[in-house]
Order: sequence, then C-alpha cells, then structure tokens
Amino acid sequence: MAALVFLRRHLAFLAFSVVILSAPLFTGNIYYLSILAFMATRLMIALGLNLLMGQAGQISLGHAAFVGIGAYGSAIMTTRWNMDPWLAMLFSAVFAAAVAGLIGVPTLKLKGHYLAMATLGFGEIVHILLVQFKWLTNGTDGIGGIPSLAIGGIDFGDPQMFHWLVWGVVLLMLRISLNLVDSRVGRSLRALHRAEVAAMSLGVNTSFRKVQVLMVSAVFASIAGSFFVHYVQYVSPVSFTLTFSVILVTTVVIGGLGNVWGAVWGSVLMVLLPEYLKRYNQDYTLLVFGVMLIVIMIFLPGGLVSFKTLVAKTRERLGGARTASAAGPGPARGS
Amino acid sequence: MRRSHVVLVAALVVAFAMLLFAGCGETTTTTTAAETTTTMPAETTTTEMAGPSGDPIVIGAIVSATGPASPLGEPERAALVMLEAEINKVGILGRPIKIVIEDDQSNPTEAVTAVNKLIQQDKVVAILGSSISASTLAIKPITEAAGMPLMALAASNKITEAPIDWTWRAPPRDALAVGAALGYIQNTMKLTKIAVLHDENAYGASGAADVAARAADFGLEIVATESYKTEDTDITAQLTKIKGASPDVVVVWGTNPGPAIAAKNMKQLGMTQPFVGSHGIANKSFIDLAGDAGEGVIFPAGRLLVPESFTNPAQKAIVDQFVAAFTAATGNPPPTFAGHAFGGLTLVLEAINRAGSTEAADIQKALNETKGVITPDGVYNYSPTDHDGLTPDDLTVVMIQGGTWVLAPQ
Amino acid sequence: MTFDQFLQYVFSGVTTGSIYALTALGFTLIYNATNVINFAQGEFVMLGGLTAVSLHEAGAPLALAFVGAVAIVATVGVVFQLLAIRPLHSAGILAQIIVTVGASLALRTGAMLIWGREALPLPPFTGDEPIKVSEATILPQTLWVLGLTLVIVVTLQLFYRRTLTGKAVRACSVNQGAARLMGISYSKVVLLSFGMSAAISAAGGVMITPVSFMVYSSGALIGLKGFAAAIFGGLGNPAGAVFGGLALGILETLAIGALPMSGASGYKDAVAFLILLIVLFVKPQGLFGGRSVEKA
Repeated sequence: MAALVFLRRHLAFLAFSVVILSAPLFTGNIYYLSILAFMATRLMIALGLNLLMGQAGQISLGHAAFVGIGAYGSAIMTTRWNMDPWLAMLFSAVFAAAVAGLIGVPTLKLKGHYLAMATLGFGEIVHILLVQFKWLTNGTDGIGGIPSLAIGGIDFGDPQMFHWLVWGVVLLMLRISLNLVDSRVGRSLRALHRAEVAAMSLGVNTSFRKVQVLMVSAVFASIAGSFFVHYVQYVSPVSFTLTFSVILVTTVVIGGLGNVWGAVWGSVLMVLLPEYLKRYNQDYTLLVFGVMLIVIMIFLPGGLVSFKTLVAKTRERLGGARTASAAGPGPARGS
Repeated sequence: MRRSHVVLVAALVVAFAMLLFAGCGETTTTTTAAETTTTMPAETTTTEMAGPSGDPIVIGAIVSATGPASPLGEPERAALVMLEAEINKVGILGRPIKIVIEDDQSNPTEAVTAVNKLIQQDKVVAILGSSISASTLAIKPITEAAGMPLMALAASNKITEAPIDWTWRAPPRDALAVGAALGYIQNTMKLTKIAVLHDENAYGASGAADVAARAADFGLEIVATESYKTEDTDITAQLTKIKGASPDVVVVWGTNPGPAIAAKNMKQLGMTQPFVGSHGIANKSFIDLAGDAGEGVIFPAGRLLVPESFTNPAQKAIVDQFVAAFTAATGNPPPTFAGHAFGGLTLVLEAINRAGSTEAADIQKALNETKGVITPDGVYNYSPTDHDGLTPDDLTVVMIQGGTWVLAPQ
Repeated sequence: MTFDQFLQYVFSGVTTGSIYALTALGFTLIYNATNVINFAQGEFVMLGGLTAVSLHEAGAPLALAFVGAVAIVATVGVVFQLLAIRPLHSAGILAQIIVTVGASLALRTGAMLIWGREALPLPPFTGDEPIKVSEATILPQTLWVLGLTLVIVVTLQLFYRRTLTGKAVRACSVNQGAARLMGISYSKVVLLSFGMSAAISAAGGVMITPVSFMVYSSGALIGLKGFAAAIFGGLGNPAGAVFGGLALGILETLAIGALPMSGASGYKDAVAFLILLIVLFVKPQGLFGGRSVEKA
C-alpha cells in the first residue's frame, strides 16, 4: 500500500526517468543523442532559472554568463592547469555562486526589476572579458581539446555513457527542484513572490531568500556549462551572448513559469523546435521564438503546462459557466 | 496533471524522432537531363554525358547563413544551391549529387550539432565548412575522429595545423592574405610604421593576431593596435588614438560595415595615411557604404574580384562561367566567399571523380594527390603535408578606383 | 592626450552619445507611463533608420523620409502597445517585460527578412565635408544629430509643462490612481507614451544612419547602451536620460584615449556596463534621482 502511494506520488518523475534513460537503448545515433545532450544541459539551466523567475519572481537577463563561467571555468582549469574535470566543475560552480551573491545582495534589496538590469550588464561584461582576456580564454578563437569526463575506467566521451551521466544529473536536479517547491523554502518563496509584505510579516527574510535562489540557479547554470564543454570539447565566446540569455528566458516562459515541469516542457520544445525549423528556413527561428514569447504571455501566461487549464476554462466559458476555475497551478506572474 | 505532461513529453520526443527518420527518405533531388549544359568545371573531367541516375552522392555543407558571419555564409549557401542544380545536369560518376546545407548561425555549438547530423543522419561522404574559423575548429575534432573528409571554408591558420589527416582548406588562409597585405606595404609602398584596427569578432581578431606575429618578418613596426565591435556606430575615437601614434599606414581587418565606417571616419579626421584592408571587404557592399572614402583603399583578394587579372586562360574561363551563373541565379556578382564555396565543392567533387569512389579513404587519397585543380581562388596542389594548396601568387592586391576594383599599382 | 585629441574624443562621444540619449529618453517615456522596461527600444532605432533608407530609395526626399520613418515607427510602437502590452495590463510587470523581450527578437528578425543582412547607407542631411574646430573635426551630420536632439528634448519639456495632455502624462507617472480619479484616461496616456517613445528613438535611428549605416542587428547594442544611460541618469528622469546618454558616449571614447595601453578600445563597452552595475549597486536612483526606489 505504501509502495502504491509512493508510486502514485512520483509517477510523473519515474515515468519521465524511465523514458529518458532508456533512450540510448533504442538508438546509438550520435545526432539524436547530441540533441538529447543539449536538451539535458538546457534543462539544467531552465530548472534553475525557473526557480528564480517562477518562484522568486525575478528575471535574469544574464544567465548565459553563469553558463559561461561554468563552461570556461572547466575549459581553462582542465586544459591549462590540467585539473581534474570534476574538481574544475566544482570550483566553477562555487565561483558562479559567489558572483551571483555579489550581484544579488545589492540589487535584490530593492523592489522592482533591478536584478534584470544588473544581470544584463553583468552578462555583457562577462562576454567582453571572454573575448578580451586572450591570455586566459584564447579570445574569439575559443579553447579546444577539452577532455571528456571519466570516472574510474568509464569514459563519458562515449555518447551513450554521456547520455546516462548527464541525464542522471538532470534527473537529480529535477528531483531537488520538485522537492524544493513542495518544501518550506518553496512555500516561503512563493509567498514572497505573491505577497511580499505578508511574507515579511510572517518572518520570511525575503531578500535573503531571493539571493539564495539566485545562487542556486547560478550553480545549476554553471554545472550545465561544464557538462556542455566536456561534451562538445570546444568552447568559444559566441555561445554566451545576450541572445542566449533571452532564449533561456524564453525556454522557461514557454514551458510555464513557476512550474518545475514547465522547465522540462520548455527545454524539450526549445531544443527540438529549432532543429525542426532548420529543415525549412532557419531565418524564421528567432522570429518564431519572439512571437511565441508574446503569444504565450498573452494567451497562455502559465506556459505550456497550463494548456489544460486553458482548455477547461474555455469550455467553461463556452458552456456559459462563470465560476472561477481553481484547477492546476495558478499562472505565476510578476509583481 | 503531471502524468499527462510526461506522456505528452514522451510522445513529442517520439514524434520528433519519427519525423527525422521520415526526413531521411526524402533524398531524391530533381535530376534534370543533360542536353543543354553550361559546362561547370567540376564536370569538365567527367566523361559521363548521359543524365545522372541512381542514388545521389550526398555532400554536407555547414555555412554561417545567419548570425554575425552571414555576409560570408549567405553567398556560400547561394553558390552551393546554384551549383547543385548546375552539376546535376551531368552528375558525378554518373550519379546526381545532393548538397545538404546546414546553417550554424555563426555559432560553433550549432556547428557541432550540424556535423553530427550530417555524418549520422544524412550519411554524407564529405563535408564543406564552416564559413567561420571558430565553427570549423569546433567540428574538426569530430570529423578527424570520424574519418570524414572536411573541406574547410574558413581562414584561420590553426585549421590546417596537425592533425590534418581528414582536413583540407579551400580559401586562402589568413597567413596568405596577411602576407600579401604586409608584403605590399613593405615592397611596393615602402612604408614601415603600421597601425592595426580590427573587428573584435573571430575574423578580425585572428587576422590582427597574425599581423602582430609576422609584422617583424616584413620589417614593419606596429605603432598602435585598436579594435571595435561589429555593431559600433563610430570609430573616430579609436582612429584619433591611432592618428596620435603617427603610423605610415592603417591596416584594417574586419568585415562590413566596420571597415567602411573606418574609411569614412579617417576621411573625417583628415587622416591621409593609406588604408590597407583585408579580403573581408572584397564585396560590392563595401564600395557602396564607403562611397568616396573607399577610393584608394587597398586590400588582398582572390583574383575573382578582378577577372581581367587572371593570366591563366583556363581559370579565366571557369571564373567567367561561375560569375555568369551566380549572377543569373542571385542577381549579384559573386563575392569572394561564394568563390570559396565553389572552390571547396570543386575540389571535393574532382577528387571523388578522380578516385571513382565515394569511400572516405579513397577521397582522402585523391585529395592528397590533387594537382592543378583550378578554382576562382587559385590553382591547388595538395600533398599529404600541405592541405592549403595555394601559393602567395594566387592572391593579388586590389585597389578601389572609380567605384570598382582594379589591380593595385605594383 | 593633447587638447585636440581630447576635443576629438568629445566630438566622437557626443555623436554616439546623442543616440544613447534618444534611446534612453525612449526608455524613460515608457517607464514613466507603465513601469515597463521596454527591451525592444533599440529595435525602434534600427527600424527608424532602415525605414528611412527604404523611403529614400523609393524616391522620397530626405526630409520626407525622415518624417515618414518616424511616423511609421511611431505607429509600430502604438500597435505594439495595443496588441502585446495592453492585454497584459493586469498580468504584472514581469509578463510585460518578457513580452518586450519577445518583441525585440521578432522585430530584429523581421527586419532581417525585410532588409536583408547587409548594412545600408543614407546620404547625410547636408554634405559630409568635415568642419574643423582647432585640429579636431566634426561632421555636419553630427551637428544635425545634436541640434535635433536638442529640439526633441526642448519640445518634450514644453509638451510636459505647457500642454494639458503633457500634464496628464506627468500626472499618471506620479500617481496613476489619483490621475484616473481626476478623469485622465490612463490607457490613452500609455498609448501616447509608446508612440512618442518609438518616434523619438526612430528619429535617432534616422539621424545616425548617414554616419554609421544601419543593419538589422544594430538595435541590440544601441538599446543596451541607451538602457545603461537611462539608469545612469536616473530611470524615469528625462533630463537625466539625456545627460546619461551624452555622458556615457563621452566616457566610452575617453576611455579609449585615456587608457594608456594599445588595444584599450576592446574594453570600451565594458565601461558602459560597469557604470551600469556601479550605479545599480551604489546609487540605484541614478545620478539625478529617478522615481523613488523602494527598499524591499
């Protein structure tokens, strides 16, 4: 009985894990696996950003920079200083968290979207430094020859092994996020997002919580960056621009702000859609993303995950019923 | 609620996979009869005169058709589309060809996805690309590991540094263009103090690094180095600083519109120093943008820009045909980059034709034995150790005069 | 740095600075009316320039192309507000900001499909023979940019202070609720603000195109710098926005000149964003104080 309850509670997570982890059993095709690998790294970033945007109601327009810190941290420490990749990943993540704290502490004290502005400037500065610090980053030529990950005798340069590794980590992060949302921390986050004054009066230290969330999301992004470079084995500054930050925001918004599964949805769609559009006319990709952002915000503010709610609401409206629907996670919106 | 998400996610993943599989089947291209053909160079060696039949030979191409490097990648894409149709009038080894063109959006990560797709999905026999050095350097380890012939279309010197078992290059590398520009300053202009102004993107930075590394070999002294961002609207500040260093000549390394802004700004500042550019401004757009300020600008370029300069009649004939076909297809004369794509494709197809096979090892052997293949960029002689094939003679120095290109005075 | 060089850096700085100023002014108008940071502001600059190029190519004289481009882009701004921002009125600021991010992607890519990927030129309003001041030079077009920027700023101030509509706009930015109680139509004020904001930025785009050309991707960097300028001067403060823009332009170019090492220009853009961060951390209300900054 207890097992059944457990199964019911975690069915979504378990089913998703089974589907995704069994994928390499059906295909050894490196192209598919590479798309799934990019999807995994995107999802890592989206999970963190989703916590920040959906739970804490703050937007980051410089998240590409945190990914860049992880990517370049790993690339530099492993190729130039021959450091162990796992250690490099750890140091990079700690560094990203520290930087996030430095930006977050002064800006999250203020009401309004000062974090968006600060992260925007920060993202641009990181990009400039990646290009200009040639002695360290090799400038626009980028860094090649980054080793693949390995544990003991297992080489994760093999696409299938890498798939299990990276998705294993993603599933762990997904689990953490799901638990976090259900926990005291998650509830206090949502409280501060929806009613800041009320949350404060209940003893929630709002700005401290926000900084914490920003740091967690920076760590997620940095780890994603590290995995990314160990997979591609090459890194250059072009990957960490404002456009990428905007695409990351799009990923979270399209999936569904504030819903952990929204990050999953968003990542799946935002990685597959460009691959699909490519077959027709690449030029339209960013146009489609832009229009999608607008249309989703207007018609489906809860993102793809709220589609069912929308359908239910529409049906209600058509049926003439005017009762408010409380089904599903409420669309999370800014203050 | 949650359960339905998972099912939908799974369904979407499966649907996408099926879509891709379905895509694989669509390999048939329009195969036209071969009666009236303009003989394109790739076909001149083809003995087959009947229309091509059978499975197409699939060639992959990665170009930067969008993003910052689109002035390079877009003409390459246009050239490849045009050439596929032209070549299929006769085919190679009696078979039609199919060029699968991927856009890396000027982003190395996209190039990595694209190269995996071309190898795994499209089962290509060789790959052209990418337009930019960063993307090319990102995909090179993959093609080297996979034993996939890669014909690079980018200029960075690093591309043809070891390992180059499976990597060749069509355009003149940076070193060749830099050598031509610096050689001209040293030997013809007889000047010594140079200032370098470059774009901060991969193209400009790589060229500037090469100028810095080799200036001394040409007896030149660099008195100032400044840079600008591709989107910058004004470069007078950088030029003011350069002016203060009193160089004899200003070397500008970048693609449009930066160098055109620099030319106008130099005129505004009353700087009389000669402007020596790079092959990145080897297009009509520079002349249109710079206007009067572009007059007298000197830069190294392939001879494609001044077709009269071709001394080799065979090359002249090829170039004339290419210029006519490209102009007919796109409405514009081909920029240098279109010539790179044409050259890369020609080199690969010529090797396949000579090898009589599409096996990677046979293509590799044939490419290494390439002798005297002519493209708009020059005459190619590859060897197992030289995968660049060109000599400094294949580049020329061009000057803008009366709104068009002429050979620079020697 | 000699005096002439200094003068030249300042001239160079005010050229780009004016465009930052006009973009920052655009940010300010929309922010004051709605509290929304419009991340598509730079795209209005780009659209202005490219539309003028097309109109001029179609045979319109420069003056007409200028006015036409400004009118067209103002319409784009109004339509954007009606279609994308207004439906989100009750949804909160975050949703509205995200929509402006989406609009910037869509407008930029749309412009690429319409005008292609090459930069396009526009002839200068009156000749391009540089004018000498001491040993430094300035283009007539730069004088146009400066002059018209001044005209726009003065007109805007007069509009705000002397006309009833202008006073209504100001009332809304001070206290929306009270303004409504006084019978001011808030939705009309917002619409007007978007139109004016787009028009001002578009005018900047038309003026700068003869100096620097215009390409579909030009808007992003100009938008970012204009944004930094707006914060520098105090977000929501029009005079601050103009000062912030000019100051930022001059600081950038002086950084190139003042930093002794060769290659200093690579860090020019970092200057703008460093200023942005420092202001946000140290004095978030900007140099001249924007609208009140609340502590959480």
